[in-house]
Amino acid sequence: MTKQQANWSPYDNNGGTCVAIAGANYCVIAADTRMSTGYSILTRDYSKICKLADKSVMASSGFQADVRALQKVLAARHLIYQHQHNKQMSCPAMAQLLSNTLYYKRFFPYYAFNVLGGLDNEGKGCVFTYDAVGSYERVGYSSQGSGFTLIMPFLDNQLKSPSPLLLPAKDAVTPLSEPEAIDLVKTCFASATERDIYTGDKLEIVVLNADGIRSEYMELRKD
Amino acid sequence: MSVSLSDASIYRFLWVYPALQESVERMKPVGKHSLGASGEISDFQEILRYLDELILYDNMWDDGNSLGPKEVHNYLTRVMYNRRNKFNPLWNSLVLGGVKNGQKYLGMVSMIGVHFEDNHVATGFGNHLARPILRDEWHENLSFEDGVKLLEKCMRVLLYRDRSAVNKLQIAKITEEGVTISQPYALKTFWNFAAFQNPTVGAEGSWKVTITGDSLSLPPSPTMGDSSSTVIDYGNRLDI
Repeated sequence: MTKQQANWSPYDNNGGTCVAIAGANYCVIAADTRMSTGYSILTRDYSKICKLADKSVMASSGFQADVRALQKVLAARHLIYQHQHNKQMSCPAMAQLLSNTLYYKRFFPYYAFNVLGGLDNEGKGCVFTYDAVGSYERVGYSSQGSGFTLIMPFLDNQLKSPSPLLLPAKDAVTPLSEPEAIDLVKTCFASATERDIYTGDKLEIVVLNADGIRSEYMELRKD
Repeated sequence: MSVSLSDASIYRFLWVYPALQESVERMKPVGKHSLGASGEISDFQEILRYLDELILYDNMWDDGNSLGPKEVHNYLTRVMYNRRNKFNPLWNSLVLGGVKNGQKYLGMVSMIGVHFEDNHVATGFGNHLARPILRDEWHENLSFEDGVKLLEKCMRVLLYRDRSAVNKLQIAKITEEGVTISQPYALKTFWNFAAFQNPTVGAEGSWKVTITGDSLSLPPSPTMGDSSSTVIDYGNRLDI
């Protein structure tokens, strides 16, 4: 008689894809709005994007309950920060906080694949990309989630980031203009939707720039 | 499984095969809202006890304000998620419906804390059989009667196709004023489709014996063109 394995898993993959692109003075963060489980769609209208601070927006895919818990923890920590420092957290600071929060649960991880986007202290776009246990890096663009294997190579082709090993260090921002970057994101999702069953329904795009923050939506294939 | 209407929410729940009791109530009013569950009934009863306390403390404030369905849904989500974190889940899929300040709300929470809000939700097989029907036929201005008909249509499909379903169900109607849960009733079903009669006759591996004279003989094995086929008259179907 073989050893009995656990039939119950505390995790589930609710699918979805996230993308973020940093520009010279803007940042675009996007994610689809489909939530699935197994081969079923639970809902076609669930936002994976969370505004953590004035200049920090996080998009996360993976296990939805963990994503939501992570968003709440970060929002609570940000509130405390505001009480203590009388100012909003900067994007790089939030990036470090997210990394620490994820690593805190290193031995029972948040099954969340995150991209954090925003404007740094100089007003330049910044994107941070994470794995489930908090390893992170500042990059010019990134994607995570079920469709990331389809999107990332395309973004590499269009936007190739400078190597972080270069000396002098080169800025990791894309030369694209804001409307061009938004169009690129729409193209990424339209393609990923074709081949990834967990991506589709609707695309939510959040744009952060000096004028503030705004949202845009685009319909995606529902099959 | 439930749908929400323009100013009310209604629900249906099929009663599971009662092993110990005559019938099992899987839907209960909770304050002005209604909570339904599939899965472990004992865990559902414990959740009802938690909610009793929650509603009690809310009422004790006596401040003219009461917890809306969004708040109760959030509370349930936290409870389910925290139990999952301790590897001791409440083995339920919960559906919560309510109306507050004219806004209708319908939410679902699973045993591992996955939660969402939508115009129609379902648990278990309902996700596979009923949601597609609801996606097609739900619309914003559904009247109560039409909503009931739509739910009955879904429940009938589930009754036919989910082997663990029984023909006994209740509807909950939730409005701003409160909850009314109907008495349990049965759906009209039609089982006289030709394909349902003697479904295993001549099936692969079946043994049907006819006695002719002194010898036993088997009926001829069915070949492709042999089996009687009936045109199913969908005009006769029960869309009542």
